Amino acid sequence: MGNGTRLGRVRGLGSSHHGSHHWLQQRLTALGNILLVTWFFVSLLRLPLGDQAAVHRWASSPTVALALILLVISVFWHFRLGLQVMIEDYVHGEATRLLAIVALNFYAIGGAAYGIFAIVRIALAPVAGVPGGM
Amino acid sequence: MAVSILHRISGDGLAIAGALMFLWWLGALAAGPDAYAAFVACVWHDPSPEIGLFHQITNILGKVVLVGLTWAFFQHLFSGLRHFVLDTGAGYELKTNKLWSMLVMVGAILATTATWLYIAKEALNG
Repeated sequence: MGNGTRLGRVRGLGSSHHGSHHWLQQRLTALGNILLVTWFFVSLLRLPLGDQAAVHRWASSPTVALALILLVISVFWHFRLGLQVMIEDYVHGEATRLLAIVALNFYAIGGAAYGIFAIVRIALAPVAGVPGGM
Repeated sequence: MAVSILHRISGDGLAIAGALMFLWWLGALAAGPDAYAAFVACVWHDPSPEIGLFHQITNILGKVVLVGLTWAFFQHLFSGLRHFVLDTGAGYELKTNKLWSMLVMVGAILATTATWLYIAKEALNG
């Protein structure tokens, strides 16, 4: 963005050079969360949560498993962005801040991978014939 | 002011306590009936006739955390909706802004109360 007007040179570029991208992703995942987490919240209220077989049956249906995977992606992405802002606001010092960001990424990506893997296990359990099925 | 910091606190709580509780539940559900029963016995209710001290504590703590997460969910949801409205450039007048902030906080408490009254009613009816 070398030439152009002063406004043109700074448009979309905060100090981090991808502020507007971050901002937009935060909103897009927020929209996803409204739909998916509200659906999940209502589902939890309606499910017999003490009954493993019933909950497992519910979670293993293809549409539910797919929605759960989308929920994990949307929620974990959203909070990775949110907690990043929190760290940038409250954690000072280059090294500690970098360390905090790395820890956050490990947590968010590791957590999402664990969650998605668990959903896949649930969805494929009846096929694989492993315990956890009916 | 208050509603803004509550947005951060509720977001934090959901991201850490909420996400970990969700993953614990999901992992237990995938691992099978025994693991799931162990999760329920820890977080919600231990069905054994003589409940150990540890589960006595975690049964109470679990419900406190779940009520807290319910509040955090509604607070963050309503507050987030308010942010969407503010993003359009509306609602910056002092009175309007204050009214919406109050509505967010009151709404979150009311929704949390309604949810847990519903859960209690369902539990009593079996």
